[in-house]
Amino acid sequence: MSAQDSTFLKTEHEEKSLRQQKLVRMFLMFMTAMLVLPVLGILSVIVARGAPGMSLEFLTEPPRANMTAGGISFALIGTVWLTAVALLLALPLGVSAAIYLSEYARDNWLTRLINIAIVNLAGVPSIVHALFGVGAFVHFLHFGKSILAASCTLAVMTLPVVIVATRESLQAVPQPFREACWSLGATRWQTIWRVVLPNSGSGILTGVILCVSRAVGETAPIMFTGAVLYAPFSPEGVFDQSMALSTHLYNVSTQIPNVPPGLPFSVALTLIGVVLAMNATAITFRMRLRGRKKW
Amino acid sequence: MVTPGAHSAVESMLDVKGLTVRYGAHTALQDVTLQVRPNEIFGIIGPANAGKTSFLRALNRMSDFVSGMQIEGSVHLAGRDIANVRNVYALRRRIGVVFPLPVGLPLSIYDNVALAPRLRGVKSRAELDEIVERCLRRAALWDEVKDRLRNLGSLLSGGQQQRLTIARALSQDPDLLLLDEFSIAVDPVTTMRIEEVLKELRQEMTIVLVTNLVQQARRLADRTAFFLGSRCVEIADTEDLFTGTVKDQRTRDYVEGRYG
Repeated sequence: MSAQDSTFLKTEHEEKSLRQQKLVRMFLMFMTAMLVLPVLGILSVIVARGAPGMSLEFLTEPPRANMTAGGISFALIGTVWLTAVALLLALPLGVSAAIYLSEYARDNWLTRLINIAIVNLAGVPSIVHALFGVGAFVHFLHFGKSILAASCTLAVMTLPVVIVATRESLQAVPQPFREACWSLGATRWQTIWRVVLPNSGSGILTGVILCVSRAVGETAPIMFTGAVLYAPFSPEGVFDQSMALSTHLYNVSTQIPNVPPGLPFSVALTLIGVVLAMNATAITFRMRLRGRKKW
Repeated sequence: MVTPGAHSAVESMLDVKGLTVRYGAHTALQDVTLQVRPNEIFGIIGPANAGKTSFLRALNRMSDFVSGMQIEGSVHLAGRDIANVRNVYALRRRIGVVFPLPVGLPLSIYDNVALAPRLRGVKSRAELDEIVERCLRRAALWDEVKDRLRNLGSLLSGGQQQRLTIARALSQDPDLLLLDEFSIAVDPVTTMRIEEVLKELRQEMTIVLVTNLVQQARRLADRTAFFLGSRCVEIADTEDLFTGTVKDQRTRDYVEGRYG
């Protein structure tokens, strides 16, 4: 073998590095598969057992015969109400707080403390939020057991997600953009409104997606604050009580006797469908916004 | 002394005394004193971390908005102590800034240039059109972009973006134009075009040109300051710097390319 050929041969050290690289890749792939498998499993079981019970009537008709027959319309409408009101409360509050923390507040011990508090708030178990909601909204603020009280509880619970996602996306806007705008004589707010916010919209929407997914699926916080086992009407205002998909799923799975075995799966399928539909809307918006964002 | 009625005839456009800039505990610029005359191109050369950018940032009071940045000493702009200017936004409107890397804001070409006029409340479409065209022409960019003013400014090439930021800086009709190493991301041909633009602009405004290219200072600047290690080592007529009549050996070494 000529000397020139040998320059491209693997050295012993390179062989070792390549073996190592292959092993690590296999390991990471395996772990990713482990992550995907349960999701696929859950989805396929729910679809397989829930799909036969799905129909337009199931979605649009109220429950009958002590909820062992009929549809889930009241619960579906109730969930949309709860989520929408929660979003209406959490979004302005969370986005405003994030803008203040990211763009105005000075970096001192107080803001650091607030940031730590927000992160910790995200870690509070939902049942604790539920008890807080009962105390604060149902009794102290006299909202009673209502959509408003339940949505407030959901809003408090999802606030940290909105704040953190918004703050991250604001901070992803490069600092030179701000300084360029300031040097033109713009106020902080003019800079935020014209330059920072238009370029962080996609990140804020990610926060909304996370917020919606959590609000739709939560059971404990609404069970004590506004969701009922059965309401013979769909809600007409925020002070009505309401059924909700998540609590309905809990009830038909564990509380009510003689439920046909497919019914809980159909409810679960609807719940997942609602989450996906809401996420899809937000993701479409986000893609529109991303298309505009280039630097 | 400014005599009444001779407002425009101030002796120095910029009068800086004992200027020190700190970021927290770090001192970026120390005790700089210098004057810039009206309609002069004042060059600042020096290696990285010499405090050149901090000097520029102090002039438009970026410290108001950047937490941790502190300024000591005094800066007079056309006779006014900028520390006493209540309306920092009006102060900044008199000072155009061009950054080292072109910061084409993620807006259309038109909106980039129209931003400053809009910020100060210009709404009339005709007026905005006029400003945008005038500024783009002065920045030698109009012919290249006049057919695509709605396109994103940040999609232009580096050299075009830098001329866009110059057009944007001109849109506020500044008295003072600060350029911070504008040619760092720009090809030599574009650099020469921008230099021609600057030579014309000096008839209407005062220009402070921070540059990493010693020869650029020689081509453009009337006087040049040499910054080193967060201090101003020497200020001299540019020709003197290059013909060797400098007081400080470090300046001579830098100009002759022995370091930096």
